[in-house]
Amino acid sequence: MSFLPVMLWSDALIWLLVLVALGLGWFSRRSPSLCRSWGRLGKNAVAMGAATVLCAFLLVGLLDSLHYRLRLPSAPGQQAEAIYSVEVLSVLDYLLKDLRDGHEKTYSAPFASRLYAKETLETPEGTVRDFPRLKYGGAHLKDESALMGDVMKRGLYGVFDALLVWMHAFIFLGIGVGINQRKNIHSLMDVWSSIKRKEILGRESRRAILRGETAIAWRGVLLALGGLLIVFLPLALLSGDYHVFGTDKVGQDVFYQILKSVRTALVIGLVTTLVTLPVAISLGILAGYFRGWVDDAIQYLYTTLSSIPGVLLIAASVLMMQVIIDTHPQWFSSAAERADLRLLALCFILGLTGWPSLCRLLRGETLKLRELEYIQAAQAFGVADLAILRRHILPNLMHIVIIALVMDFSGLVLAEAVLSYVGIGVDPTMISFGTMINSARMELSREPAVWWSLVSAFIFMFTLVLAANLLADAVRDAFDPRMG
Amino acid sequence: MSFKMNIPLLSVRNLRIGFTAGRRVLTAVDGVSLDVAAGETLVLLGESGCGKSVTALSLLRLLPAAGRVLGGEVRFEGSDLMALAEADMRTVRGGGMAMIFQEPATSLNPVLTVGRQIGEVLEKHPGLQGSVATGRAVELLKAVGIADPERRLSEYPFQLSGGMKQRVMVAMALAGDPRLLIADEPTTALDVTIQAQILDLLRRLQTERGMGMLLITHDLGVVARMAHRVGVMYAGEIVEEAPGEAFFGAPRHPYTQKLFAALPDMADRGAWLETIAGQVPPLTAMPTGCRFAGRCPFAWERCRDESPVWTDLGGGHRVRCHGVAEGRGHPAGKASGQAEPGSGLRQDDANTKNLLEVDSLCVHFPIRRGVLQRVVGHVKAVDGVSLELKRGGTLALVGESGCGKTTVGKAILQLIPSTGGQVRFDGKDLTGLSRKALRPLRRRLQMIFQDPFASLNPRMSVGEIITEGMDAVGAFGAIGALADSSDRVAAVAALLRQVGLDRQAAERYPHEFSGGQRQRIAIARALAVQPELVVCDEPTSALDVSVQAQILNLLKQLQDELGLAYLFITHNFAVVKYLAHEVAVMYLGRIVERGPVDAVLRSPKHPYTEALLSAVPSPRLEKNDTVIRLAGETPSPARPPSGCHFHPRCPRAVECCRVDYPEAFDVGEENAAHVVRCHLHASSGASL
Repeated sequence: MSFLPVMLWSDALIWLLVLVALGLGWFSRRSPSLCRSWGRLGKNAVAMGAATVLCAFLLVGLLDSLHYRLRLPSAPGQQAEAIYSVEVLSVLDYLLKDLRDGHEKTYSAPFASRLYAKETLETPEGTVRDFPRLKYGGAHLKDESALMGDVMKRGLYGVFDALLVWMHAFIFLGIGVGINQRKNIHSLMDVWSSIKRKEILGRESRRAILRGETAIAWRGVLLALGGLLIVFLPLALLSGDYHVFGTDKVGQDVFYQILKSVRTALVIGLVTTLVTLPVAISLGILAGYFRGWVDDAIQYLYTTLSSIPGVLLIAASVLMMQVIIDTHPQWFSSAAERADLRLLALCFILGLTGWPSLCRLLRGETLKLRELEYIQAAQAFGVADLAILRRHILPNLMHIVIIALVMDFSGLVLAEAVLSYVGIGVDPTMISFGTMINSARMELSREPAVWWSLVSAFIFMFTLVLAANLLADAVRDAFDPRMG
Repeated sequence: MSFKMNIPLLSVRNLRIGFTAGRRVLTAVDGVSLDVAAGETLVLLGESGCGKSVTALSLLRLLPAAGRVLGGEVRFEGSDLMALAEADMRTVRGGGMAMIFQEPATSLNPVLTVGRQIGEVLEKHPGLQGSVATGRAVELLKAVGIADPERRLSEYPFQLSGGMKQRVMVAMALAGDPRLLIADEPTTALDVTIQAQILDLLRRLQTERGMGMLLITHDLGVVARMAHRVGVMYAGEIVEEAPGEAFFGAPRHPYTQKLFAALPDMADRGAWLETIAGQVPPLTAMPTGCRFAGRCPFAWERCRDESPVWTDLGGGHRVRCHGVAEGRGHPAGKASGQAEPGSGLRQDDANTKNLLEVDSLCVHFPIRRGVLQRVVGHVKAVDGVSLELKRGGTLALVGESGCGKTTVGKAILQLIPSTGGQVRFDGKDLTGLSRKALRPLRRRLQMIFQDPFASLNPRMSVGEIITEGMDAVGAFGAIGALADSSDRVAAVAALLRQVGLDRQAAERYPHEFSGGQRQRIAIARALAVQPELVVCDEPTSALDVSVQAQILNLLKQLQDELGLAYLFITHNFAVVKYLAHEVAVMYLGRIVERGPVDAVLRSPKHPYTEALLSAVPSPRLEKNDTVIRLAGETPSPARPPSGCHFHPRCPRAVECCRVDYPEAFDVGEENAAHVVRCHLHASSGASL
């Protein structure tokens, strides 16, 4: 084998989360009230658009969560066992090989063909101080004055391609919706024959999609998809020959860094909730249902926890964790594993300091629920407490959990950026929005200022958090029982 | 009644109101016309969801966001309200017509003083401020019968009792000197004794001020006490309109007749109650013809095809019914109850030993104060209650809200730990048993709850709800053969049939059912474990009259078939009269009178029972003169009065009532024990 698959701890957790989400989806198919809520969510065009954007982010994150180590070419004449590189790469790295390897010397502006710093150059006319040409960015151009035209031309091709892809997506979606609406289609053969009979050209379903009359608001999906394609397809095409977002201090492509940051943000946002949920749900339900000393103890715990300033607690825990990591280098076989452990530690610390708010919410709701008559009816049958919690209380709390989960996500992504900026976030070698913003502190204060890494980090983080917030709003509306 | 019918104060013509749902508009009120003259009370009577509250709100143009007035005309003192600008409408609201709402607890702002809230109205309508306004507020509070009004002005709503809050609401409504008062179920949330006070107050204010009044209610008793004229609403239409005497003398619309017949008060004991089959049609599927046709026993084709027009019967009595128009006969007057299903407690059971014996049961809740949560007192919710209940019998536990009757029920089932006393079920003491020891007994004791919307888990299907109890008490395991899943389905289907539901209901979820159907499901859940005693905690108080009759009939039928014993907790004497064999009247955590239902209801001995019985508004015109009015309200069980708890409100209290709590005296004739705790009967009864 020319590579060795590597499963980092955070990879395992991310894929576990994907499984859990699929499991929850399957579970909620059986529950009609959840089905109704999801149905309401599906009708909301804004939510579906936001979900499409989030899916794109998720795709990048998942591609970046399949890691491997390359086998090093063995020295000539040696037939020893396979030796693998210490560098841990991901599938995303493989796909973005050009971007990753396209190192310049230092800063360069977006779509530039020359560096952002003057150097002493040897020319036939003698030594001059000038901006040297980039090794990769715009290197294919003989004449630099053609740069603008080249970018425009390729960009327009990209937009054209994007529209083409989008049209196809629309047509296939129309046919798909048409098939779904027909009852007499059971197999692929049926589909083929009815397409031949021109029964499902999808013209009507396409019209229905545009008018928003379908069960799922496909027009939201299409709009978001169109936006994504029009922005990213040209960027992707251009990024082969240009640094579309410029390069940073050590000459690394900013576009590559941004795409790598997505995974960090997702891990922080998702794994942290995985830590928060069990603690918050179990303690909240126990406190609300059993009252008495259980309630007192749990309330005492979270009141104490929430009265310690959060940043201090996180800083102390992260620094302690860092000491442990530094004193045990033998635990890690690569730098990636070390950075990964620190990332996970950060998730756990954020999770363990973040559960009180959800716990408090669930305790209050449980206090309300336990007085309801169906709980008393169950008690009158002598149903065991745990069964009451599982069968009667937990399902009636799920809407709060789902709402809290989605709303916390965006908060956590922002928290990571802040913590990394303060220097207690992820490992400095790990690329994240926070570390990018942190380095921008220096870049903005130099003259002339380097603005592109901050701006692009900002735009991407903003899109991610905005999409998450829009989805969270829609989820709250769809799952709130008072909304109908 | 001598009011002149010149220009009516309020005149509504052909009012139509709809609700937008998605892109559709559902018509909730369809062509309502009514007139209210000055000094006249028009009562709108109807069951829940018939559009009566929406009609009232639209008169003030206060419809909820989804509501739309689709057409019609509302004239108040000659001006068209629908055409007024919003700014002009504000002078009509409060000044021209004022409204009192159902729930006094939520219609006052909890963070403003009473004086501030009344002052707000005074500032707007007569334009009073400062000391003049305060003086006027004091006058108003006096007018609504609040003692010590100066002090009350600076108090917050939480310091007032329910009845007092409703008086304050009335005072606020009067502040703008309205010519028309709209009262939307003003006494539904109140106890009967308080209800009598508020109804008296409204009637007195109306005669003093010559106001017109539009009163909305579902209670025929309130109608009898208040109405000059009555309009009966059904599914968004007024179906009958009549002066009070004609309405109670000879109601003509089949729906009205059925409403009267469904009242347990009207039926003889032992007879089945008249019920109205089916339900009010939903807004989405209004029939084209007469809206009542689907439930009307006299309906024929014309009723289903053609909506009836008004038939004038003379004397202001109008009916919308093809049957009346064509003179086809359903007889005027009340339909009588059907055949006797065998009356009361079976004789052979009468002398068996008691199934349930409660002996001086106490439930005290500690009041904790301060940082250390030290116990500073106790709320004596239940304070020494003793009861006996025979197998197959029904004991009604009657009392006003807060008297501890629900707590008794829950303490008997051991859902609330008792502080003292004994609960013996079939000879075994339940108090102090461990949960494990209780489990086998759970099967034999069950409970039906008040609110059918809160007593079923919305996330479980009906089948799951019913089998949960069976699983918990091990019904399947014990019977063994039932462990099979097809047997479970059969068992659930049998139970559903027993309570009058389809077997398909098992796969559906509670929200798909109406209130009455939900209560049937709750009954099926309790029956699933074949109990011997069922505690019914006001099982019909959240239901409409016609649905209440169905549930009461079902309970009675189940008792006849299965020999269940009921502990029936209620505040409704009509239900007691219909269902119970014995009655116990509770006041402030103690039973003040107990005895066979006939003896207690016919000749009550305790002054509280007397007052309670006379305060119940009867749905007849003649019987409403002899109301014993109780002053004040039920005191807090945390600080009960010294001596007899009832003495501060008792019209016949004597010196010793203030000092000693009375012993129990048996005043019963023959063999039946009729126990009363009152000093007045110390001489006549035998001390126990």
